[in-house]
Amino acid sequence: MSQDPAQAAPADDDVGDEPVPMMQQLCDNPFLLLFLGVAMPTVLYIVWGVMEIVGIPISK
Amino acid sequence: MAVNRNFRTCPSTGLVYHEPAEKLIRWNAVAGVVSLLVGGVLALLVTLTRWPAVKLLPPDWFYLALTAHGLDMLVFWIIFFEIAVLYFAASTLLKCRLATPKVAWAAFWLMIVGALMNNFAVFKGDSSVMFTSYVPMGAHPLFYLGLILFAVGALIAVFVFFGTLVVGKAEKTYNGSVPLVTFGAITAAIIATFTIAAGAIILIPTFLWSVGLVSHIDSLMYRTVWWGFGHSSQQINVAAHVSVWYAIAAIVFGAKPMSEKVSRMAFVLYILFLQLASAHHLLADPGLTSNWKIFNTSYAMYLAVLASMVHGLTVPGAIEVAQREKGFNKGFFEWLRKAPWGNPCFSGMFISLVGFGFLGGISGVMMGTEQLNLIIHNTIYVPGHFHATVVVGTTLAFMALTYFLIPTLFRRELMFPGMAKWQPYVYGLGMCAFSVFMMGAGTLGVPRRHWDMAFSGAILPHEFPGTAYLMMGIMAVSGIAAVVGGAMYLLITVGSVFFGRKIETPGFKRVPVREGMAPPPAPVAVAPAGHGAIGLGGFVAPGTFVLAMIFLVSFVLYYFVNWKYLSTVWPMN
Repeated sequence: MSQDPAQAAPADDDVGDEPVPMMQQLCDNPFLLLFLGVAMPTVLYIVWGVMEIVGIPISK
Repeated sequence: MAVNRNFRTCPSTGLVYHEPAEKLIRWNAVAGVVSLLVGGVLALLVTLTRWPAVKLLPPDWFYLALTAHGLDMLVFWIIFFEIAVLYFAASTLLKCRLATPKVAWAAFWLMIVGALMNNFAVFKGDSSVMFTSYVPMGAHPLFYLGLILFAVGALIAVFVFFGTLVVGKAEKTYNGSVPLVTFGAITAAIIATFTIAAGAIILIPTFLWSVGLVSHIDSLMYRTVWWGFGHSSQQINVAAHVSVWYAIAAIVFGAKPMSEKVSRMAFVLYILFLQLASAHHLLADPGLTSNWKIFNTSYAMYLAVLASMVHGLTVPGAIEVAQREKGFNKGFFEWLRKAPWGNPCFSGMFISLVGFGFLGGISGVMMGTEQLNLIIHNTIYVPGHFHATVVVGTTLAFMALTYFLIPTLFRRELMFPGMAKWQPYVYGLGMCAFSVFMMGAGTLGVPRRHWDMAFSGAILPHEFPGTAYLMMGIMAVSGIAAVVGGAMYLLITVGSVFFGRKIETPGFKRVPVREGMAPPPAPVAVAPAGHGAIGLGGFVAPGTFVLAMIFLVSFVLYYFVNWKYLSTVWPMN
């Protein structure tokens, strides 16, 4: 029985079995990136900034 | 409901266009160019008014024109074109059908209505509140409502982009990771999501305030949240135009990124840190602590600057490697000398890259330093900086891309090809000089936004040195040169799209594609592929390395000079 040489090549199996690196998993997930890209400035710029403004004492 | 799966393949580039996506890309690009036309006419009026020897418009018209110029250029032109880029990067580059074209059309019309409404409010004359529209200055309610509708439309378009990524993945139209240009577009879309959300948080209550339903908007709160929208909207541009640089390097030279991993990580740095630079607008505001200011502008922003420097190195580096592999391997700069400088697609991109890095980048870092910011805060230096980033960087990159899109997307021959060769130089170099002299005048203290730098008739007038007036004059002449370059672009693009000779494709037809388009994954070559005998002294891209060193020395010197300058205006000894 003939076999497709591309399927039989061991290199293909090696590629398939290799674990995907964590950073590549991150880069391949646009919705995780979306979460990080919205959460970071929301917390560090807006929430932190608003907390500082709210904390300014009001003159009497 | 039937899904339109009709595609056409461009015979000259091999790019695959989904029928509804193609129409949407065209319409968004055209809407952007119309905004550019309106903004460009206003730019001429503003420039001629700020020229001390001319002072064309009276004050009320000046502030009206400046408000409309800011909005048409910084918001409507740029975001319409960016939506076109997003659809191109998702649908065309992934060979994928656009998700929900009807929703995308609804988004487009919402953006059109918003842009028209906002322009109407400004041209009516009672909304000359500048791009920033700081409270307690009040504009007509339609001003805010127009911006909100435009922002909602843009947000829907961004979601259509994300939906298209999901469609591409589900229908397996591509294998593995998305291409780098699409990844850059994802970065732009993520920044756009935050930007529009920040805009909604502050513009909706401000709209309610304008109609009397909210009694008070705190001005510092407004400024802080508004800049999350106002500055981040310009960071969408950065991610988008860097993607365009990579795309043009690939289109013109067949260049591949020097290290795709490094380029992707630079985009990740943008996603995480670029938007925090908004804080540099608030460096002179009391009420916010130095911790907040320095963390956001210095620690975080420098990571985004690092990312820009990575892109600024890898794009020319990739071009250099591609050129050297073609045989332009002599010395440090044969690859650059023999580059196709007569191709506006390349020349526009390269001037955009150099102008963005040297003028916009270096001045941005200087402005983002809390102490140095005091020298130039609210001076005309600030518009000098952002004309280098947004106009030289983004607008010129988008113009360069248009020269590629006219034959492939609009299927028209370019009209006035001789003029097209010169257009990036007239526009780009005019705008570089415009930015430099604005920054020079700003360093001498000339205020931004003010109709009359001499404060004539004021109780306490200020006398600027003659150099400041000279710089403002040269700025205006350079600005007029840039307006001429912009008019050349509009003439070429509008002429080509509407009156250019149609490129006929024998046997043209759209092909319905049922499921997926990606070929099966090819076996990956295991042997490492080197660059052969190109380069000098072990460097594959020595010319780019030299350019990077020149950049670094300029950066350090300029930074040092400004600290020295600060010590003279603020004696501490």
